Amino acid sequence: MSKWDISDMDSWKSSQFPLGAVIPDAGNSRDYVTGGWRSMRPVRNAETCTECLICWIFCPDSAIRVADEKLAADPETFNLDHCKGCGICANECPVEAITMVPEGCELPGVK
Amino acid sequence: MPEQKTVATTGNSVVAEAFRQCAPDVVPAYPITPQTTIVEEFAKFVAQGRVHAEYVPVESEHSAMSACVGASAAGARVMTATSSQGLALMWEELHIASGMRLPIVMANANRALSAPINIHCDHSDVMGARDTGWVMLFAETAQEAYDNTIMSIPIAEDPEVLLPVMTCLDGFITTHSIDRVQLMDDESVSAFVGEYKPVNALLDLDNPVSHGSFAGLGGPYFEFKRSQREAIDRSKAVVERVGAAFSELSGRPFGLIETDMMDDAEVAVVVIGSTAGNVRHVAKQLRAEGVKAGLVKVRCFRPFPYAELAAALAGVKAVAVLDRAESFGAEGGPLYLETRSALYDAEHRPAVVNYVYGLGGSDVKLELIRSVFTDLSDIATGTPALHGPVYLGAR
Repeated sequence: MSKWDISDMDSWKSSQFPLGAVIPDAGNSRDYVTGGWRSMRPVRNAETCTECLICWIFCPDSAIRVADEKLAADPETFNLDHCKGCGICANECPVEAITMVPEGCELPGVK
Repeated sequence: MPEQKTVATTGNSVVAEAFRQCAPDVVPAYPITPQTTIVEEFAKFVAQGRVHAEYVPVESEHSAMSACVGASAAGARVMTATSSQGLALMWEELHIASGMRLPIVMANANRALSAPINIHCDHSDVMGARDTGWVMLFAETAQEAYDNTIMSIPIAEDPEVLLPVMTCLDGFITTHSIDRVQLMDDESVSAFVGEYKPVNALLDLDNPVSHGSFAGLGGPYFEFKRSQREAIDRSKAVVERVGAAFSELSGRPFGLIETDMMDDAEVAVVVIGSTAGNVRHVAKQLRAEGVKAGLVKVRCFRPFPYAELAAALAGVKAVAVLDRAESFGAEGGPLYLETRSALYDAEHRPAVVNYVYGLGGSDVKLELIRSVFTDLSDIATGTPALHGPVYLGAR
């Protein structure tokens, strides 16, 4: 959560909003959950993955979690609050370790 | 008291002088007749080192206002000038400037819009921008153009307002004619406009903000527009306060509306800009002939002084509203619509008639103004009022 608390924004009066629609706090887009735009979800095959981090470089939403130069383990690999399912990671993966699966589908062996 | 010197010069040259005295940080501009000499003279002041401004010669008015928006969001005091097609090309940024609450000040040399091509005076350009959320001041003379320009800075930058201000003068008639003007000394103007303390400046690195955000998809767009409405409503008191302070300093009157011979007037003309001079002249002649003629000049068009106008017209039998702009398909011109609306709640509504005049710089002869007063006297004595705009003097 950033410094600017917008959790009850839906109840704000016009006078409570910042002048000229500025966002008075850097980096607060993190609080705006946009993963609901997604129709396809990336799924990683940890056995094929070489941890080259090309997916992390290419992800336009910074939605691939990396710590100590290693991808976060499933199910934390992808930040699904912000991943919009564009599939760039799957497309760029040199060893085809990422598959895009439809949201809402249960696939055998896929979590 | 300030030192004032009287000079004989054009409206544009004194607007350029006012720009220099207001010490803007950034002036992005593009030349267009009849505004060109404002930015030309200002560019000369920059070249001579007489003002320390970043002068940005852009490639179009769309870019000019875009650069104004960017510079103002960065925290600069920003001024520019335009006219006619230039103002039309700024259309989308005019809304962005007011929506982002940026106190930009822009001079506009009022000029007709194409087609057919015409470079002369009318109010089609500015009246087309009347709903863009800018405060709008109008000058009758070069003196008022100078005074309005200086007043625009503290109005725009007032913490209660923070809206852009357009200061409008009639193309050629006021911009290019030699007129008698009193100029104030630099120190007095500088003290009057004060130092600009921006809010939400992008260059304030200790307090980073994002400008130009998205407020759709159920977001608070509606609430932001409401704040904008409240701000322009508040600006009325600020325009009056700044006007009174400037009046005190300069010794020259200022009002949202200015009245002449209205105390016992039976017939009156409501007008904006340089034509007020013609109307005053004719009204004085008619007074000598025993006609109780009067004049109401609107100097502040946004926010519109409804209550003041209604009070000025109380007791008048017939009113003519002169519009130097069309609102095609409407009941009449923009000033007529506002005036009719202002009078709707009046206890005794006078007859109100509309004249569209002087489009594309068409001559506003004194005989034409006299014919308007003759029509009003007829209406005041029982002749039915005309409906729909009369094209004054058009063939």
